[in-house]
Amino acid sequence: MTELMRAAFVIARRDFTAVVLSRTFIFFLLGPLFPIVIGMAFGGLGDKISTTDLRPVVGVAMSPADAARMERAHARLAERMGPQALPALRRVPLSPAPRVQLAGANADVMVIVSGSPARPVMTGQPQDIRRLEGDISLLASAAVAEKSLHMVQVEAQQVATSVGAQTQGRLVIGRIAQIVVFFLTILLAGMILSNLVEEKTNKIIEILAAAVPVDAIFLGKLMAMLAMSFVGILFWGGTAFCVFLALKTPGVSLPEPAIGWPLFLMLAVIYFAMAYTLLGSLFLGIGAQAATVREVQTLNMPVTMGQMLIFFFATYAVDKMGSPPEVAAVILPFSSPFAMIARAAQVDTLWPHLLAIAWQMLWVGLIIRIGVLLFRRHVLKSGGGWWKQLFRSATG
Amino acid sequence: MIGAPQPTYAVEGRGLVKTFGDFRAVDGIDIAVPAGSIYGILGPNGAGKTTMLRTLLGIIDPDEGHRSLLGDPAPLRQARNVGYLPEERGLYPSMKAFEAIAFMGALRGLPLRIGRERARAMLADYGMGASAEKPIRQLSKGMAQTVQLFGTIVHEPRLIVLDEPFSGLDAFNQGKLEALIRDQARRGVTVLFSTHVIAHAERLCERVAIVAGGRVRFEGTVDDARNRLRPQVRLRTRASDGGWRRALPAETMAQDGTWHFALPQEGIEPLLRALLDGNAGIESLSIERPGLHDAFVAIAGEAAARQMEDDQQREEAA
Repeated sequence: MTELMRAAFVIARRDFTAVVLSRTFIFFLLGPLFPIVIGMAFGGLGDKISTTDLRPVVGVAMSPADAARMERAHARLAERMGPQALPALRRVPLSPAPRVQLAGANADVMVIVSGSPARPVMTGQPQDIRRLEGDISLLASAAVAEKSLHMVQVEAQQVATSVGAQTQGRLVIGRIAQIVVFFLTILLAGMILSNLVEEKTNKIIEILAAAVPVDAIFLGKLMAMLAMSFVGILFWGGTAFCVFLALKTPGVSLPEPAIGWPLFLMLAVIYFAMAYTLLGSLFLGIGAQAATVREVQTLNMPVTMGQMLIFFFATYAVDKMGSPPEVAAVILPFSSPFAMIARAAQVDTLWPHLLAIAWQMLWVGLIIRIGVLLFRRHVLKSGGGWWKQLFRSATG
Repeated sequence: MIGAPQPTYAVEGRGLVKTFGDFRAVDGIDIAVPAGSIYGILGPNGAGKTTMLRTLLGIIDPDEGHRSLLGDPAPLRQARNVGYLPEERGLYPSMKAFEAIAFMGALRGLPLRIGRERARAMLADYGMGASAEKPIRQLSKGMAQTVQLFGTIVHEPRLIVLDEPFSGLDAFNQGKLEALIRDQARRGVTVLFSTHVIAHAERLCERVAIVAGGRVRFEGTVDDARNRLRPQVRLRTRASDGGWRRALPAETMAQDGTWHFALPQEGIEPLLRALLDGNAGIESLSIERPGLHDAFVAIAGEAAARQMEDDQQREEAA
């Protein structure tokens, strides 16, 4: 075991320095900043899109007095419900008839309300009427009750803590943590697919296989890529933390995960490492079978799809703690890290985490071993029975 | 390096079989390489030499048979004591020369710091000191091969296995490699190498295995191989005919005025006497021990020998 780890460390050190000391690593680190820069460059356009009024427009073909009552009712309700909650109103002529106006080439309203607030008549396509009749009914009711409609004042009774709000907050933390861990994993683990291609194309694999157990080659490559990922995460995380501190609104505090922030962050790192090594060991095993970069590229799509499926399964169970799907997501090795980080946000019991980490590590070992076995059989063309190979020591 | 007790045989294989699909690349091979010897595996391309070496080193497992490396049935456990130069040379192109050597040593347990020191010294001694800091991709093929060879021995192994080590080297570097192999052997290191060039084996090896069709056709000392054939006699006489001709062996062949025949079982004296008595007029008479090439032809067959020559010519042309 010591020899295996020593050999793995030699491989890891070589891979790590080869990647981190290369010029391309700068691009790797700056990669996530590109979308931000592009976003800022197109920020003006984004602002314009976000401020464009996308509410449906309802034409009001009523007498000036009735139209004004409708508009006042709209203003009072919008004050309470928010400006985007109701359709926009626009006065249209009383004639020609709404049906004719809507058929005109210059028509720019979705439906037309005619009649009076007490007896409104909507003209428009059936689906548009279905969509807007509730809003128009509410507006018309408020217009009819204009004078008698008093907005009731809500009395506020403030509490220091709310378990309900805390539960909601923890659920949000769990979901965010899942998404962050997943995206980091999907961004970084995919690179492992092509990891052994260099050794195969440069014919180094035989030197390695003659000197160290193939298990050590796989383990070393995983260690190197994980270490490289941590460098990236440290850089991105540090940048994000600085931005957070700079933009932080005073007096606003983040909700606390069930196990507290320090432990939660530690577990997040561990579960990222586990998710990474679980998927990474699988990718390494699959990628090791590929002979060329083209084959690796072909394998990328189904592998990414598989990752997405696992993620959806884990997120499906996030708000159903203890339910069969959640327990299944915890047990299934590939979804286990995602399910467990969500659990860490919501449940304060720690022992399941120790169990889950041990379980995930067991699977990492098993997947590496199967990958090694396939590599020895199909790439090195080595013989021997499946079971014998699976359980033999790394040094043979 | 040599402090540990040496087993009688540095490498042993018994009944090794390795098949790829329907092809039996190694077909029941027995081999025993005495510790401290220079041992050659001779055979044409495709004879099964590389598969045999890879099986003995534990890179691949045999389908049948047993192997042991430095007395250990699990070859990888002895990785620290073994150096291996594969037939297909490979190095990380972006690695510096001295780092590549140190890395190969580190794979086999040599601390990186010591590996780097030794690598620089080896390159300097070899006249490649200026290339120590250069990435492999900037080195010539021969230089890269030298770097890999140094990587094979930097950790001072007890056993060195070289698969076709002379291939791709010019005559000058072949000579240097031969000197290096002899130097390692003088230090007590066992050197096992495969080749399809008989001259290298003949010059270097104490023992050889002649391999053809996945089988060992001969295993023993170079002398044993040569002794399997009787010495060849070449005789030139002034007289072309006479009673003395009856004394020549039945299988004697005449070529360009020279008689060729194998040394008779009873020795040269009776024939000499007959030649003198019959006034044959001996112009020249030589008795030559057969070379390893002749022994190879006799052991592996004409076709295998011809293939070896073709392999060599192809390589020289390349």
